[in-house]
Amino acid sequence: MTDAGATKGGPAIRVALPYHLRTLAKIESAEVRLEVAAPVTVRRVLDALEARYSMLGGTIREYGTGQRRAFMRIFACEEDWSHESMDAELPEPVAAGREPLLILGAIAGG
Amino acid sequence: MSSVRVLVGTRKGAFILMSDGKRKDWTVSGPLFAGWEIYHMKGSPVDPNRLYASQSSSWSGQVVQRSDDGGATWNAVSNKFAYAGVPGTHQWYDGTPHPWEFKRVWHFEPSLTDADAVFAGVEDAALFKSPDGGATWEGLKGLREHGTGPRWQPGAGGMCLHTVILDPSNADRIFIAISAAGAFRTDDGGKSWKPINKGLVSQYIPDPTAEVGHCVHHVAMHSSRPNVLFMQKHWDVMRSDDAGDNWHEVSGNLPTDFGFTIDVHAHEPETIFVVPIKSDAEHFVPDGKLRVFRSKTGGNEWEALEKGLPQKDCYVNVLRDAMAVDSLDKCGVYFGTSGGQVYTSPDAGDSWAPIVRDLPAVLSVEVQTLQ
Repeated sequence: MTDAGATKGGPAIRVALPYHLRTLAKIESAEVRLEVAAPVTVRRVLDALEARYSMLGGTIREYGTGQRRAFMRIFACEEDWSHESMDAELPEPVAAGREPLLILGAIAGG
Repeated sequence: MSSVRVLVGTRKGAFILMSDGKRKDWTVSGPLFAGWEIYHMKGSPVDPNRLYASQSSSWSGQVVQRSDDGGATWNAVSNKFAYAGVPGTHQWYDGTPHPWEFKRVWHFEPSLTDADAVFAGVEDAALFKSPDGGATWEGLKGLREHGTGPRWQPGAGGMCLHTVILDPSNADRIFIAISAAGAFRTDDGGKSWKPINKGLVSQYIPDPTAEVGHCVHHVAMHSSRPNVLFMQKHWDVMRSDDAGDNWHEVSGNLPTDFGFTIDVHAHEPETIFVVPIKSDAEHFVPDGKLRVFRSKTGGNEWEALEKGLPQKDCYVNVLRDAMAVDSLDKCGVYFGTSGGQVYTSPDAGDSWAPIVRDLPAVLSVEVQTLQ
């Protein structure tokens, strides 16, 4: 099994989550697939992710500020999108579902 | 036949230890929530199968887990802890104003009468209440807004509200303690609060007898005598006989009166337990000996309990929420260490044995006595 929640209709956004968030959300697959309306942005992807998996609320971005948590990082098409605007349009391969949006825990702490 | 369920929170997951009333043979389940810090787990006294766990990490923040079947299965409930109104500021380590920021839940205290109601003591210091099993949380803002909040300062572990004690004889009375602000009490269900730190003397703060600013590490109460409180302060073991209005020192002959944890015997309200720690600079037991100290006189006169505990080359710590007692006869006492051991005494401290020796560092220990 390689993905969860494949959508019908338009392209599904692929999201790869770190191990601890997959276990928290009881996701057994390596990726989840989400329907996200264009323009596809990090904010819209996280909105869709948290709508399906409510237990992920507050774990990637802070409640209140909505900002990315300090030790969570976001990559798209091998580029670090962690410091981009949450409303910046993601690269076309991610929007088309050919490449996953990677959400990672930073290598920090112990 | 009675049994006990010990809930252990560690730096890298949670564990559940089970035994019958003899408390000799144990089964160990876990790790639950592997890799996450579990600051605290506690069960409802109304429905013992209702458990709460505080799960957190530096990466992903706070998660609240709930079990309705005694820990067999768990589901995440709300982790939305929002300070009501304008949070304001407290003092930072350097004395400058610092905005209130939620970091984690240190302690859950389930209601004594309602299986769905539970309190959460959090960092930065605040008390939240859920009326619906953790589905929603509301901050009791009267504590933060009662006036001394801007003078509170974090202890070394953060500005945490770590102790919540519900008065079994008065549903409107709650005691809480904050590092490093002190102890507080409400008599109206959390609407208004007052500091209860008179008698505390802390030489390490600018005014040693200040109304707030004391680093209270833990407070314990016997349910039959809710006006009598016992406190392990940063330094000093203290006692109050008037619900915290006045405190006096009962450190007596302890080898050191620094420590974190304190608890009361389930059936003898004058019998209390502490684990002295060498100093605030050296967070381990003195002389390489792991010893629990017991007073049967409500303090001042203490005896070392060491049978079955390591008496050489031991340098562990026992944290504030890492000791608990069961209500069997004889009373069982439990504690967990920074070295990952969980010890039990089935005879009120006379003798000890390890249940497990090699868990991750233990943050909290709670026990449920099951019928």
